Amino acid sequence: MYVKFDFNALCKKVLDEKLKEHGLKYRLLNFGEVEFYEPITQEQHNLFKKNLEDYGIEIIESQKTALVQKIKDAIVELVFSENAVPVKASIYIAEKLNHSYGYLSNLFSEVAYTSIENFIILQKIEYAKELILNNKQSLTEIAHKLNYSSVAHLSTQFKNTTGITPSQFHKIIIKRRKNQSINSKMLYE
Amino acid sequence: MNKEYLNVITVDDDEGNIIFFKNIFKDLKIGVKSQCFSDGDDLMKYLSSSGAIIPEIIFIKYDIPGKSCMECLREIRINPGFSNIVITVYASQISENETEEIFVSGGNIFMKKPETYEGLKKSLTEIITINWQYHSSGLNKDNFIMKV
Repeated sequence: MYVKFDFNALCKKVLDEKLKEHGLKYRLLNFGEVEFYEPITQEQHNLFKKNLEDYGIEIIESQKTALVQKIKDAIVELVFSENAVPVKASIYIAEKLNHSYGYLSNLFSEVAYTSIENFIILQKIEYAKELILNNKQSLTEIAHKLNYSSVAHLSTQFKNTTGITPSQFHKIIIKRRKNQSINSKMLYE
Repeated sequence: MNKEYLNVITVDDDEGNIIFFKNIFKDLKIGVKSQCFSDGDDLMKYLSSSGAIIPEIIFIKYDIPGKSCMECLREIRINPGFSNIVITVYASQISENETEEIFVSGGNIFMKKPETYEGLKKSLTEIITINWQYHSSGLNKDNFIMKV
């Protein structure tokens, strides 16, 4: 007896059955892409992965990493854009990457070891640091540019993230740069 | 992301502290490969030896024996090969001026050493996590200053 396989249908069927067997709520997207309606735990993930291995199906971990990178890129684009984006970050990211925010948010926390929210704050504070050191804008202007409701809001978030105030940060970096130029002069003399 | 873990060096003359640090690093979700030295001279000797693994983070006790913490800090900062290292200095209690001096000399993080193990775990987790972000997202370490 000879049989003929339709690999595509076969794999889809196996994946479908296995997902059901594991009690996961999901939908199959494009080829080889599964979206879960509920976040799955690391334990569920590991069990599922192990079970699939018997069928020669492998969960591509690096695809997750690739998607997380896309989220990071979208955040950087959002934070550093010249024109304020008039939508909430969660909506922007979900639309840009064409996945639900819940899914992206869980994935991000798992791979990047921080939440999307914290990553946005970190990027905003990094940008604030750059702008503070540029000396071209006042802190009020910087707060406005970065979508903070007030200078106080920016200052509080800055302090919470770095443990120091924006003015202490400015003072330290200026002193450090002076210090560095003295040191490098000494090296050449 | 070029690798899945951070190389960390801890410099402390108190063996108890070293054990605490190691245990905390071991339990983190982020992979940490740690090495320890008991004084400043050993640290600098290691860093300048051939084949040394240049760490992403150094945790150094402020009043370390041998070559002082501030001397190590200045020597590390003068070497462009070490520009990627984030230096965390910790102490139980030092003055505002001393803290500022650490930052001005090129230190990145000052950690007021928590008195409890749980507190230390919380601070170290925070430091490693933010370092991971700097490491994996290519953030500008020149502007990386933090007080925990």
